[in-house]
Amino acid sequence: MKKLTAVLLVLCMAFGLFATGCQKENENVTVKVEDESYYSQYKDKGYEINVYNWGEYISTGADDTMDVIGEFEKLSGIKVNYTNFATNEELYAKLRTGAVSYDVIIPSDYMIGRMAKEGMLEPLNLENIPNYKFIDPQFTSKSYDPDNTYSVPYTWGTVGIIYNKTMVDEADVDTWDILWNEKYAGNILMFSNSRDAFGIALMKLGYNVNTEDEGEIKLAAEELKKQKPVIQAYVMDEIFDKMESGEAAVAPYYAGDAITMIAEAPDLAFSVPKEGTNLFIDAMCIPKGAKNKELAEVFINFMCETEVAKANIETIGYSTPQVKALEALDEDLRNNPIAYPPEDVIQNPQVFENLSDATNKLYDKLWTEILASSGH
Amino acid sequence: MKSKVAFLPYGIWMLLFTIVPLGLVAYFGLTDEAGHWTMSNLIRVSDYAYVFIKSIWLAVVATVICLIIAYPLAYILSRISENRQRMMVMIVMLPMWMNFLLRTYAWMTLLEGTGIINSLLKIIGIGPLNMINTAGAVVLGMVYNYLPFMILPLYSIMTKIDGSVIEAAQDLGSNNWQVFSKIVLPLSVPGITTGIIMVFVPAVSTFIISRMLGGNTTMLIGDLIELQFLGNAYNPNLGAAISMVLMVLILICMTFLNKMDSEEMEGMLI
Amino acid sequence: MKRKTSGLSKFYMGLVLFFLYMPIFVLIFYSFNESKSRSNFTGFSLKWYLQLFQNDQLLSALMNTLIIAVVSSVAATILGTMAAVGIFSLKKWARSLVMNVTYLPIINPEIVIGVSLMLLFLLFKMEFGMLTLILAHISFSVPYVILNVLPKLRQMDIHLYEAAQDLGCSPISSFFKVVVPEIMPGVLSGFMMAFTYSLDDFIISYFTSGAKTQTLPIYIYSMARKKVNPQINALSTIIFVIVLVILLLINWNDSRKEKQLKLKRREQI
Repeated sequence: MKKLTAVLLVLCMAFGLFATGCQKENENVTVKVEDESYYSQYKDKGYEINVYNWGEYISTGADDTMDVIGEFEKLSGIKVNYTNFATNEELYAKLRTGAVSYDVIIPSDYMIGRMAKEGMLEPLNLENIPNYKFIDPQFTSKSYDPDNTYSVPYTWGTVGIIYNKTMVDEADVDTWDILWNEKYAGNILMFSNSRDAFGIALMKLGYNVNTEDEGEIKLAAEELKKQKPVIQAYVMDEIFDKMESGEAAVAPYYAGDAITMIAEAPDLAFSVPKEGTNLFIDAMCIPKGAKNKELAEVFINFMCETEVAKANIETIGYSTPQVKALEALDEDLRNNPIAYPPEDVIQNPQVFENLSDATNKLYDKLWTEILASSGH
Repeated sequence: MKSKVAFLPYGIWMLLFTIVPLGLVAYFGLTDEAGHWTMSNLIRVSDYAYVFIKSIWLAVVATVICLIIAYPLAYILSRISENRQRMMVMIVMLPMWMNFLLRTYAWMTLLEGTGIINSLLKIIGIGPLNMINTAGAVVLGMVYNYLPFMILPLYSIMTKIDGSVIEAAQDLGSNNWQVFSKIVLPLSVPGITTGIIMVFVPAVSTFIISRMLGGNTTMLIGDLIELQFLGNAYNPNLGAAISMVLMVLILICMTFLNKMDSEEMEGMLI
Repeated sequence: MKRKTSGLSKFYMGLVLFFLYMPIFVLIFYSFNESKSRSNFTGFSLKWYLQLFQNDQLLSALMNTLIIAVVSSVAATILGTMAAVGIFSLKKWARSLVMNVTYLPIINPEIVIGVSLMLLFLLFKMEFGMLTLILAHISFSVPYVILNVLPKLRQMDIHLYEAAQDLGCSPISSFFKVVVPEIMPGVLSGFMMAFTYSLDDFIISYFTSGAKTQTLPIYIYSMARKKVNPQINALSTIIFVIVLVILLLINWNDSRKEKQLKLKRREQI
């Protein structure tokens, strides 16, 4: 038994070492950056940063794209511990515990507002982020961060309906009502985060997505409970497989991901409902208590490099606020009406704003009730 | 042996890592955000009675199915010739060594509307059947993941049944049914109890199976707790209150199923 | 004693085995698929394995898992063995009190343990990471070590220990010379259990892991929540093969020992 245990341990360790040994050889840096010395000054210091990003939200190097994290590590010598979250609310919960230390996070507009208000973010030193100059002013100084203290925009986009042309009648797709349509019962997916789900219900009812009116919010919650019987699943990034394989027929999701899905499955299409859509900005922030603020700013700066921003956008499909990257994009993508919709498509864009504490609590309570309800 | 000193480190450890944490759960469950004592969290748990009933119901169904599948199997295993027995038990247990997320993931790909089972059914001209994202899929996931927990204690208790007792009964004219109901069943009761607990407890508190196979539409107690701590509705006080209720629920089940004595506990660990 | 297994029994066993293995074999099968599809086999390819071995995140998760498993199971074995010896010497009422507390982590739902440890680490303002994971893993594995060692202590002849002391051994050296060899099988099987539970744990790690340290199960979970990635299948195949090899080794080792034992017995006769 003793020998066996030893053999076992050796086996496990050997596998581990073998696996680590198989890692890619250190190739040369391929990315072109504005100022290489800005990055190389950090080399060989054993620095590390923790980056917390949405899933499927960066170029990973698969299929000959740029391995953004790998390039950053090679360029700056800073090791990146990269992990994912699925929703803004999950990110918030993880940070609220206060026992984790991330250096870079990428929340959406309303969540940045909430975190800033609750003192969960660190003010940025924009001097340390020279590439900030490439960010289109159209996407800065928004109400969630009026003085650009905390955030550097990463992407923006809209929310719309992604549907399978072979399974859905195209006459139905111009309204959020399709997500309640009995015809497609069992083939409808829904957001598994409260803010996006409530946003859709509120738009369907014709209310403002930022309403603080308890009655309106409760009506929206009733709508969402009514919707439950026709829902196949509440999803976030699980949507990719389910839509691409024809497992589900219709779902609300972010425009950028719709582009990615349509590229994989030509049967899919995207539409922006007439009741309005949510216009969002996701931006890079540094949470309070980050151990490596300066390094985090270096990473943020790297993400704003033209080539990097371009590579990310090409992979994830979202719309970029980085002007040079936008210019450098393929014509196809730059003129893609899903990513960069003409003004008349978005008739009524609504931007999520941070709500009062009481309303946030109400959202949490009602969202739990919706998921816990029997659906009948 | 004068070795009470040896107990000291564990004594401290136990206090710090078992008793204090559970005390903290109780403290959070009984206070509000500002730290004032309140019963409101516990009262709010009753709003989710439906989730509790559903979880318990699905876990009971899964446990019963496990018992039905595992009982004959354990009996067969305990009666095959000894040199093949160890090999067979190992083969039965092997899947349990795979990470349960991977095993659950496997079922995801099988049950989907466009998955393999439906593709096969299509060839015979049936379906497509709606299998994934149903309560049935969640039960299936529970059965698949926890079946070995039922087989093991049953098997180990049945190997302890002396074959000569059965032979004696047969010699005395008992038929198969009598042998089973008068000897095998009564002697295997402790194994059944252990098996039920070992399947029911993880089944009633799971949160991954319902998410992966139930599409988040079948919410269970585990999901409810996770939702309050790391999910989309941050409220650790409510989460702690739900955990407390879950713990009490399990303790009641245990007393109901007779307190296991340490002997049996050790038996199931083999 | 030779017993025959009836055809019906064999059929039943085959059915259960089919149920247990079919999903795993399907996973393995599609790990060799050229495309990402989970229901169409378009051609043989090993590319997912290659990608797997270049996936830095996964490899670092694997290393973390191994480090945590080794450190926590060694620590749990030492702590648990000492505890068992100590418990054995306690008075009856104290012993039953301690045993009841020891059972708590075993009978409590994992999610409750995870949540309770999370609250504990928050109370001490510990940063979630390697250390919290190791502490959490030790605390859920110690009871298994204790439960494996205690029966061996009970079987041991206490007089041996006393005799050693009478013959001039100090209590400590007689403990290591007499008691430890007696309880070694229990210690080892406790260690093995602690090790495998640590490797496999997801739920408790989920609540106690932080920004830097992902374990393999946590990484698998985050993979399963994103786009389909046949690397998961490749990983399953590798894990399955490793587990299979380990179990075959154990089986082979055990049966070899048994044969030796039989031979010895025959010689004695």
